[in-house]
Amino acid sequence: MFFWTQLSEYMRFALEALSANKVRTFLTTLGILIGVTAIIVIFTAIQSINAYVEEEFSGFGSTTLYLSKFPWVITENYWELRNRPEVTLKEYKLIKDRVTSADWISPQLEAMRVVKYKNKSLEGVYVVGCNEQYPFTNNAIVEFGRFFTEMEVHRARPVCVIGQKVQKELFGKEDPLGKRIKINGLPYRVIGILEEKGDFFGFNLDNQVLVPYTAFRGAGFKNRGITIAFRAKDASKIEELEAEIRGEMRRIRKLPPAAPDNFAINQQTMLTDFYKQITGTSYLVVFIIAAISLVVGGIGIMNIMLVSVTERTREIGIRKAVGATRRQIMLHFLAESVTISSLGGIIGIILGVIIASSLLQVIKLDTSVSIFTILVGYGFSTFVGVISGMYPAYKAARLNTIDALRYE
Amino acid sequence: MQDQALIKVEKLHKIYQLGKTQVHALRGIDFEIQPKEYVAIMGPSGSGKSTLMNIIGCLDVPTTGKYYLNGKDVSQLSEDELAQIRNQNIGFVFQTFNLLPRASALHNVELPLIYNGTPSRERRERARIALEKVGLGDRIHHKPNELSGGQRQRVAIARALVNNPNIILADEPTGNLDTVTGEEIMQIFDELNRQGNTIILVTHEFFIAQHAHRIIYLRDGKIEKDEIVQKETEEV
Ligand SMILES: Nc1ncnc2c1ncn2[C@@H]1O[C@H](COP(=O)(O)OP(=O)(O)OP(=O)(O)O)[C@@H](O)[C@H]1O
Ligand SMILES: [Mg+2]
Repeated sequence: MFFWTQLSEYMRFALEALSANKVRTFLTTLGILIGVTAIIVIFTAIQSINAYVEEEFSGFGSTTLYLSKFPWVITENYWELRNRPEVTLKEYKLIKDRVTSADWISPQLEAMRVVKYKNKSLEGVYVVGCNEQYPFTNNAIVEFGRFFTEMEVHRARPVCVIGQKVQKELFGKEDPLGKRIKINGLPYRVIGILEEKGDFFGFNLDNQVLVPYTAFRGAGFKNRGITIAFRAKDASKIEELEAEIRGEMRRIRKLPPAAPDNFAINQQTMLTDFYKQITGTSYLVVFIIAAISLVVGGIGIMNIMLVSVTERTREIGIRKAVGATRRQIMLHFLAESVTISSLGGIIGIILGVIIASSLLQVIKLDTSVSIFTILVGYGFSTFVGVISGMYPAYKAARLNTIDALRYE
Repeated sequence: MQDQALIKVEKLHKIYQLGKTQVHALRGIDFEIQPKEYVAIMGPSGSGKSTLMNIIGCLDVPTTGKYYLNGKDVSQLSEDELAQIRNQNIGFVFQTFNLLPRASALHNVELPLIYNGTPSRERRERARIALEKVGLGDRIHHKPNELSGGQRQRVAIARALVNNPNIILADEPTGNLDTVTGEEIMQIFDELNRQGNTIILVTHEFFIAQHAHRIIYLRDGKIEKDEIVQKETEEV
């Protein structure tokens, strides 16, 4: 109850001991120091990677659902999934008029093709056959020129919109608009250039060409597997949209009520969720490191605190003789152990922040150590201090006053 | 509750257990001490003086028997209740001073006030006044190792006084001091007693005991003699 008026005495008691044994104090803090440094560095690493991944995934429309044969994250038996029928263009044509809660729908016929312009050629270009709504379903922005129109899709016009990598590799400084490129030998006229998108886990998103799906070579193959992208403007409609797609798809495929879906409805959050599962494992690693340094650092502190109690036996006797209660004696020693451990914590935080920041600079991520991480590190060190100081403090409080006063 | 004794002990026994052997340090002590008395306890070494003082000072509890302080039975109190009594009612002066070596005189004197939650400004002021009372007003920032033995004992007395206790107990307060310094310390006790403090002190020296108004002689854990000191020049 008098805690605040006594706080300065507790701190004084703690600092007296620590400054009287500087080297010993420093060595005692090492365990905590290393633990906290590790926590800060690893925590920051995980958070930065998370932020990086989130950003990467944000390229996918967050309110877009992708209907395809395989789920993006495969948790079921792959061999059973393989036996599913492909999602086909025929199904696209059926479903596009039935799903009402989607604002935009586009099929996606995908392939890696060789693209040529004059004598230059680029291999492994990601060619997508889609309709005029693709810019909306997939957040694709045309920077120069224009996207193809509904009419061009309807008429199967051989036009294309190219990514910036394709532009750079094939055209260099030349203006590509209006020029003819060849995709697997067939000519397409360039009408637009997409905005630069960057990498997605090393996969260059600018190395692509978009063509009307009707003009996509091989579109005629009836059983070719495609993906259908559905986008609802409003994020709150996403569940309704998913239910609708599922319902319509089952009707189209005439699935009996008891049968499981034989198609997958994918969403960006599936990838991020899956990713979060993986990072959950790395948090476990942090936890284990924390636990180890808790034990090691905590034992070290407890040891030194027991020494301190012995050294200060007579002082305890004096303090008790003038009226210190057990609780007050305990608080003295808890203050001492918490001071030791938070000292380790603070040095650990400083070290951790330095190491983590330079690491982030090296891998060129413009994230920083979060306040949360620092608080976790500090809270953790304080916690260890309290826990490991508990027993020595209890021992001190239990000392017999007379015996303590007589102690030489 | 008229004429209530400040201290009343009945059939006090203290037995120390040393491994298998028992040391019977007190073997049935009965006495009363009234407020404002000035009592000396004497007796040969090992007669149980310190044991008795520790019990009176609530630093220890009797094995059997009753101890009433201000009419309240304190022989069965818990450790924390005893701590509170030590803090509020008793000022203890030890032969070996028992000061905190790293703390200044002022801080040492403040100590009892810290544990009862006195605000820091007030406790500094009261500690300073107590130090002035024992003639150390100019040494308040000295640490014990910067003070002489007599000055250290003055700090200890100031610490015993600072909380205005009912009783001041002193176990051989001059035991570690030379005769002259011891005499100076006794002057302080005399003055405190004149101001109305109850004082009980243990001593080996007869001339020290002469400062008191009553002497209790212990032998083998029992009271051998309990007599009033006759003084030639006693002023009233
Ligand atoms: N903590 C203890 N454990 C065991 N025996 C003790 C303890 N304290 C005192 N004694 C014993 O109790 C008896 C009385 O001791 P006490 O210290 O009260 O004597 P004293 O009269 O103060 O002696 P002195 O004049 O030498 O200080 C002694 O025989 C002593 O050995
Ligand atoms: Mg003694």
